[in-house]
Amino acid sequence: MQILTQLIVSGIAVGMIYGVIAFGYQLTFATSKTLNFGQGEALMLGALVGLTVQSYIGYWAMLPVALAFGLLQGAVVERLGVQQAIKIGSESGWIMSTIALGIIFSNLAENIWGRDDLKFPSPLSETSIDVGGVRVLPMELVIVVGAIALMLAVELFNRRSIFGKAVVATANDRGAAGLMGINTATVITFSYALSSMTAAFAGVLVAPVTLTGATMGAVLGLKAFAVAIIGGLNSGFGVVVGGLILGITETLTGFYISTGYKDVPGLVLLLLVLSFKPSGLFGKLTIKKV
Amino acid sequence: MSRRYFLAATIAMSALLAVPAYAQSGEPIKIGISGPFTGGSSSMGVSMRDGVKLAITEINKAGGVLGRPLLGVERDDEARNELGVQIAQELINKERVVATVGFINTGVALASQRFYQEAEIPVFNNVATGTVVTQQFAPPKEKNNYVFRNAANDIIQSSMIVEEAVVRRGFKKPAIMADSTNYGQLGREDLVRALAAKGVKPVAEEKFNIKDTDMTAQLLRAKEAGADVILTYGIGPELAQIANGQAKLGWKVPLIGSWTLSMSSFIDTAGPNGDGAMMPQTFVQLPNTPKRKSFIDAYQATYKTERIPSPVSAAQGYDSIYLLAAAIKQANGTDGKKIREALESLSTKVEGVITVYDRPFSATDHEAISNNIPVFGVVRNGRVVPAHEDDVTGDKAIRTKPRS
Repeated sequence: MQILTQLIVSGIAVGMIYGVIAFGYQLTFATSKTLNFGQGEALMLGALVGLTVQSYIGYWAMLPVALAFGLLQGAVVERLGVQQAIKIGSESGWIMSTIALGIIFSNLAENIWGRDDLKFPSPLSETSIDVGGVRVLPMELVIVVGAIALMLAVELFNRRSIFGKAVVATANDRGAAGLMGINTATVITFSYALSSMTAAFAGVLVAPVTLTGATMGAVLGLKAFAVAIIGGLNSGFGVVVGGLILGITETLTGFYISTGYKDVPGLVLLLLVLSFKPSGLFGKLTIKKV
Repeated sequence: MSRRYFLAATIAMSALLAVPAYAQSGEPIKIGISGPFTGGSSSMGVSMRDGVKLAITEINKAGGVLGRPLLGVERDDEARNELGVQIAQELINKERVVATVGFINTGVALASQRFYQEAEIPVFNNVATGTVVTQQFAPPKEKNNYVFRNAANDIIQSSMIVEEAVVRRGFKKPAIMADSTNYGQLGREDLVRALAAKGVKPVAEEKFNIKDTDMTAQLLRAKEAGADVILTYGIGPELAQIANGQAKLGWKVPLIGSWTLSMSSFIDTAGPNGDGAMMPQTFVQLPNTPKRKSFIDAYQATYKTERIPSPVSAAQGYDSIYLLAAAIKQANGTDGKKIREALESLSTKVEGVITVYDRPFSATDHEAISNNIPVFGVVRNGRVVPAHEDDVTGDKAIRTKPRS
């Protein structure tokens, strides 16, 4: 029982990370039906910028800087890579351009921070807390709490503030929102900025328990994409649950079946979801009228 | 500037120019250096390259080889097989190197060295440890083998790891943790074989991927199986996650593994959790012989660093050049065939940092490092130090390969 709890706790910590990155995918998909395939690189850049900044002003003071950097980086990605594609109505141009920007960002990071993995100093004690035989790192608790807090903040912003309502309106019907006087191009740029901000935040959250380096985002970005599909690309709640499902399945499979097959059930689940509920476990079915 | 000063300066300048010109007339002897100078294994690649360059500078200062200076032509293979192949072709056909040293990654070595074999140019592996590296073209597959090595191969390392864990420290229930790359899985097979030779079966064999950050499942499996020691075959970053995961779970069993536990990415990332990890080392940064002291001093002074990022790679890189230089001298020329023959029958003893090489190679044996040469290193306060003091003192300080 103790082992099972330990596995679930570790799975939640990993899954929460997947969830928060997938949440970023969901943000841009909602407004523009496009995705930033450089989401993993946004996470990596956030973590590396955070690493440099925190050496001057400390971890907690660095957080707003990392968030601001994420906002800026996302806006740049949208302006350079996505806006043109949306304008000309290209169905796939943004795929290549966001992937290309991701590659450029990781090469840039290699040139600035080198290609070795770096140690990110933990702001909290690195000794684990023992709760009835289940051990958890203080930083893992921060990851879970921080991820939930950020997602709640974004949801609240979208539902309560006037600008957030513009985002929701654009998500519901871009054409109608445009006719109502909402500058949908700006809203889409903003959703990219928000999306990269969540990624940068995820980056500085995970960095102390993992490693920081130019290649840290690749695997995380890919797994989060699977999570977004499993949970449903248009459900913020869905991607969080999807993240938890994937994180927990990974650790459980690793222990009860074999560590060699750790990644398999997640992918099987992905295939099952795609064949039986293509819009995701919590996704709403969208009918595209032609 | 007055006229007299100008004259004096001119004479001094021409004297400076004239001396090396006198000592090293003739074309430089080009030696290729191929290794990853960027990327995950760059700490090993860069240390190797710096050791090689140090040896080249020293040899050139002493007058070069056959009156000709050595010239290193370095190329970054980024640990990518296909890039290694391109570099091999460039070095052979465009740069016309006399020999190449390097290779950190077994895969790159295996992909690249066939071009040297075909061109009949010696290729000197000074870091890659895969057992097959020197066997790829060993007779009877080919008449002559152009692949040499002065690094401890995986059979030597795995049997040392098992000897240390099972015999010296008496652990009976080892768990193996290896990454899913060729390096990890071939190493895991070597470990299982070496354990079987001692009549021990691992209680768990766990796998992890490069970039895995959570080792909870692997560690809990090993723990539940009752493991009393963890044997590793992986590279720095993931090994650090194992040490950190152990600390998180509060499960303290010793970590013994291949030489990659000495990588700076392991030591720095694991921090105090990595203390006590043990691994075979051909060289630890310890000035216990005059040659080692002068090597460490020169490295620190030249590259302005107190800690050599990967001392093993630096020392092996340095020694590989001295072995090659001795062979070129004995061959009395730069013909690849003659250099290979000279390497296989070196008549002079070569005093290296790692050992004194006394006929290190023969026509059938292309491994300069024998199983008695490496010692166990242990991580203490962010440094690798000898694990057993008596391994490195007295007449054991220099361990030489037994003559066959």
